[in-house]
Amino acid sequence: MTDEKKISCRNVWKLYGDDPAGFLASHNNKPTTQAIRDGNYIPAVRDATIDVHTGEILVIMGLSGSGKSTLVRCMSKLIDPTGGEIDFDGTDLLRASKEELIEIRRHKMGMVFQNFALLPHRNVIQNIAFPLEVQGINKEEREAKAREIIELVGLEGRDKYFPRELSGGQQQRVGLARSLAAEPDVWFLDEPFSALDPLIRKEMQNEFLRLQNMLHKTIVFITHDFDEAIRLADRIAIMFEGEIVQVGTAEELITNPATDYVAEFTRDIPRAKLLSVASLMQPTKKKKAGKLSVKASDRIASVASAVLMQPDDVTVLDDAGKICGELSRDQVAAILFDTETTSAGA
Amino acid sequence: MAGPVPATEQMPSRLNMMAPMIPFALLWLFKPLLPSWAIVPPKSCLGGCGTIEGLIPFVDWVNAGIQFLRSYEIFGLFTFRDITRSIARGIDVPLDFTEALLYKGFGAVGPMPWVMIVGLMIVFGLYLRGWRLALLGGGTFFYLSLFSLRGIWELSMKTLSAIAVSVPLAAIIGLLIGIAAAKRQRIAMVVAPMLNILQSLPHFSYLIIVAIFFGVGAKAGVIATVIFAFPPMTRLTMLGLREISSEVREAGIMAGCTRWQMLYKVEIPSARSALMLGVNQVIMQCLAMVVIASFIGQPGLGHDLLTRLQNLRLGQAFEIGVAVVLIAVTLDRFSQALVEKEPERIKDGPLWVRHPYLCAIALIIVGSIGLASLTEAAVQLPKEYTVSISSYLDAMIKFITTSLFTPLGILRDFLLVYVFMPTKATFQSMPWVAVMALIGCVGWKLGRWKLALTVMAFVFFIAASGYWVRAVITLYMVFVALCICAAIGIPLGIWAAKKDRRTKFVLGLCDTFQTFPSFIYLLPAVMLFQISDVSAIFAIVVYATIPITRYTIFGLRNVPSQIVEAALTSGCTERQMLWKVRMPMAFPEMLLGLNQTLMFALFMVMIAGFIGTVDLSQEIFRALSFNDGGKGLVIGLCVSLIGLTADRLLVEWSNQQKKRLGFAN
Ligand SMILES: Nc1ncnc2c1ncn2[C@@H]1O[C@H](COP(=O)(O)OP(=O)(O)OP(=O)(O)O)[C@@H](O)[C@H]1O
Ligand SMILES: [Mg+2]
Repeated sequence: MTDEKKISCRNVWKLYGDDPAGFLASHNNKPTTQAIRDGNYIPAVRDATIDVHTGEILVIMGLSGSGKSTLVRCMSKLIDPTGGEIDFDGTDLLRASKEELIEIRRHKMGMVFQNFALLPHRNVIQNIAFPLEVQGINKEEREAKAREIIELVGLEGRDKYFPRELSGGQQQRVGLARSLAAEPDVWFLDEPFSALDPLIRKEMQNEFLRLQNMLHKTIVFITHDFDEAIRLADRIAIMFEGEIVQVGTAEELITNPATDYVAEFTRDIPRAKLLSVASLMQPTKKKKAGKLSVKASDRIASVASAVLMQPDDVTVLDDAGKICGELSRDQVAAILFDTETTSAGA
Repeated sequence: MAGPVPATEQMPSRLNMMAPMIPFALLWLFKPLLPSWAIVPPKSCLGGCGTIEGLIPFVDWVNAGIQFLRSYEIFGLFTFRDITRSIARGIDVPLDFTEALLYKGFGAVGPMPWVMIVGLMIVFGLYLRGWRLALLGGGTFFYLSLFSLRGIWELSMKTLSAIAVSVPLAAIIGLLIGIAAAKRQRIAMVVAPMLNILQSLPHFSYLIIVAIFFGVGAKAGVIATVIFAFPPMTRLTMLGLREISSEVREAGIMAGCTRWQMLYKVEIPSARSALMLGVNQVIMQCLAMVVIASFIGQPGLGHDLLTRLQNLRLGQAFEIGVAVVLIAVTLDRFSQALVEKEPERIKDGPLWVRHPYLCAIALIIVGSIGLASLTEAAVQLPKEYTVSISSYLDAMIKFITTSLFTPLGILRDFLLVYVFMPTKATFQSMPWVAVMALIGCVGWKLGRWKLALTVMAFVFFIAASGYWVRAVITLYMVFVALCICAAIGIPLGIWAAKKDRRTKFVLGLCDTFQTFPSFIYLLPAVMLFQISDVSAIFAIVVYATIPITRYTIFGLRNVPSQIVEAALTSGCTERQMLWKVRMPMAFPEMLLGLNQTLMFALFMVMIAGFIGTVDLSQEIFRALSFNDGGKGLVIGLCVSLIGLTADRLLVEWSNQQKKRLGFAN
C-alpha cells in the first residue's frame, strides 16, 4: 500500500429528482439538508470526498440506503454523478467520452456484484471469458486465459457447468474470476458475499484475501457487515444518509469515532480483537521488564488470557524490544467484557 | 381489524357502490321524455348525407384515406400500392420455398417424405423434453398421413407452410419493435396503446384491410397473420428486456460492452425465457389466424373446414378439426418445451456423444431419403392405406342429433324465448345516453375525470359510428355469454381450487382448450344447435369460460398462507374460510378473469357471426365480401372499444381492490 492515489473523488453529489443538476447549481453546489428535502430530491450521495490509494483495500460501510452502491457506481461511472469531480488513474471520469470509458472499463476496472450477475446462457468458461470476448480477443486465447483464472479461484473441472448448476459460493467464484479476467488495476466489489451463508462467507473472505496477496489490486469493497470490514479492510469509510462521515482504520473508528453515529455503529464490535496493546497501555517508569512482557503491536485478544493470569501489570515492549509502557489487568478485563472505559487512546 | 364493522359504516359504502347507477336508471326510466336523438344515435349529416349511416362519417373518412393511399404517388415515383405489391412479392420467396419443401417439391426433387417429418418430430421431442413429447409430435404427423384419404396431409402442409413463414416474420418484427420500445420511452408511449388496439381488433378487420391492399390468396393470408400475431412478441420483448436485473446490465457495461454488444450478448440472451414465451404465443396466434385467413383465400385446413362446415358435412369437418387441434397442441407443447429448455453441458467424447441429436437428425434425413428412393410409400402414404372415418362420424352425429333433437330443440327454444329475447329487448331499450352516463359515472368513480372521459369517448365513438344498434346486439350476446361463463367458471374454479389434483387437472384442461384455434369451437356448436343465437352463445361460452376458471383458481390458491393459518387458528370452518377469507381475497383476480373472459367472448362473437347472428359480426362479414375497408375497420374499432372500455374499468377496479387488500402490485 502506498499513498499514491488511484481514484480521487472531490465533492461528489448524486441527487435523484426532477432537475438535480439545475438544483445543485442553483444552491452553489452546497444545498442544505432542508433545501434538499424542500426541493423533493433524494440525496443518494452528498458531497463525498475520498481517495482510494493504490494497492489498498478500502471498505465502504453503512446501513441500507446510505448510498454505498451509488458512490461506487459513481466511481465506475455506471451512474453519472450530479456534481463534483472524479479522477480515475489520471482520467477525468466526468469528462471522458463514451469510447474512453469503454476502454477504461475493458482494461482497468473489474466489478463483482451482490447477486453474482452471471449470464445464465453461458457456461463457466464463457462467463469468465466474457470481458475478453467483448474486447475482441480470439476464442483460443481468451479461453486459455479463462482457464488460468479458473484455477486461481479453485473451480477446476467445472468449466463447462452452467451457472444454475453451481452453488452460491461457486457462482460468486465465477463472478470474482470474471472480474479478474481482464487483469484490471481496480476492483470494485459491491457486497460480494452478502448473499452467501455465514460459513461460505468466511471461506470466501479467506479466498479473497489470498487472491489479494497474490494480485495486489486497488480495491473498493462494500459491506454492511462490520466483522467482514475488520477482516478485510486497510481503511474503512462510513456512510450515513449519503455522507461519508469518517474514514480511517478500524481501530481509529473505534477509539476515536467522529460522530455519535459512528460510535453507535461500532459499539457491538468485539474490541479485544481489534485494539492493539499500544492503544491501551499506560506510560511507565519501569526500566526492567516484568515476568511477562507483550508487544505493543499485539491485539488485546491474543494476549488477554496470559495477562489475566498475571497478578501484576504487564510490561509492553516496542518492535525494537525496548520498554514503552505497561498494561493493567483491569483495562484488559474491561475491554474483554465490554464495560465502558476510557481507553488510553481517547 | 378486529370486531364487526358497524352497520352504519357499511350503509354509505353500499350506497356509494350504487351511486353510478342512478343517472343511468333515471335516464332509462324517463325515456319517454327524452328527445329521439338521445335514445338511438341519429344518422345525421356531416359532409353529405346519404351513403353514410353514422353521426360522424368515420367509414367514409377511412375509405377516403384508403383511396388516397392506393392512388397517391409518393415523391411522384411509386404508390403505396406499389409498396404493398413489392412486400407481397417479398413474401412469395420464402413461401415458395416452404411450399416446395412441404408439399410441392422442387421440380425433380420431391417434398419432404412423411417418414422424415415424423422422424424429425420424434427427435425434436426427445431433445426438448422426452418420450411423451416425441410421441405427441410423431403421433400427430402420423395421424395426418393416416387420415389423408381426403388429402388432410396436403392441407396440413399448406397450413404449416404458411405458419413456417409467418412465425419468423412476426417474431422478428415483434422483437424489433419491442426492442425499440424498451430502449426509447417515447416509442413505448406510442407502441403501448397501439398494441392494446391491435390485440382487441377482431380477426376480420385485419383480413379486410389486408385484402384491400394485398388481394387474396396465400401471401395475403401470411401478411394478415403476421400483423395479427406480432403484438404478443412485442409485449414480451418489452417485458423481458425491462426485467433484466440491473446488476446483469451493469456487469455488461463493466466488461466494456458497446451498445450493440450489450444488446446481443447480454440483453437478448438474458431475456431468453420471455422471448421464447413470445415465440410460443406468436405460433399459437399464427395458427389461429391462418385458419381464419381462409376467408381471404388462404388454402389449407381452415379453408376446407370452412367449406365443410358451410355444407354441413360435419363428419369431414370433424376430421379436419381433429387435425387442427392436434397440430395446435403439438406446436404449443413443442414451443413450450423450447421455453423451458436450458442450455446443456456438452459431454466429452466422440461426435455422437457430444452431439447425439444432431447425429440422429442427420441419420433420419439420410435414411428417409434412402427409403423414399426405394418405395413411394415413404414419400406419401399410399391411398389404400389411408383411412377416413367421416362416414361413421356422420352417422354418429346424425344419431346423436336425432336422439337429442327434441330435448336440445326444447332447450334451445326455451332459452330463446324466455332468456335471450327478453335480455335482448332490455338491452335494445336502453337509451344510448343512459349507457354513456353509466359508463361515465363508473369511470369517474374509479378514476375521476381522466378515466371517465376516456371511456366516454370510447362509447361515443361507437354511438357516432352508426353501428350502435348492432353493437348493442353484440353487447347483449357478450353479456349473456359472460353470465353463463361466470356461472360455470366460478363454481368450477372453486371446486378445482380445493385439491391439488383437481387444480392440476382443470388447469391442464384450460391450457389444452386454450390452444385450440377459436374457429374450432363452432363445430360442436353447429352440431348441437344448428344455426342460431343459441349455437353462437354456446361456442362463446365454451371458449370464454377458460379464463374465468383459470383466474378463479389462481386467486383462491394464491391467498397468502399466513392469512389462511390465521383464519384456521381463529376457528374458521371450511365454508367460512371460503366465503369470508378466500373469496374476498381472490376477488381482484376474478375481476381480471372476467375481463379476459369478456375479451375472449368478443373475439368469439365476431367469429360466430359466420354461423349467422345479426350483430356487428354480420356487418363485418358483409364488409369482407364487399371489400369495404372503411366499414371493416370502423366496425372492428367498435368491437375493440367495447373491449377496451371494459378492460379499463375492470383492471382499474381490480387494482384498487388489490391495493385495498394490501397486495403489492
Ligand atoms: N434510481 C433511483 N431513483 C431514486 N432514488 C434512488 C435511485 N437509486 C437509489 N436511490 C436512493 O438512493 C439511496 C442510496 O441507495 P444505494 O443503493 O446507494 O444504497 P446502499 O447503501 O447501497 O444500500 P444497500 O445496502 O441496500 O445496497 C437510497 O435511499 C435509494 O432509495
Ligand atoms: Mg447497495
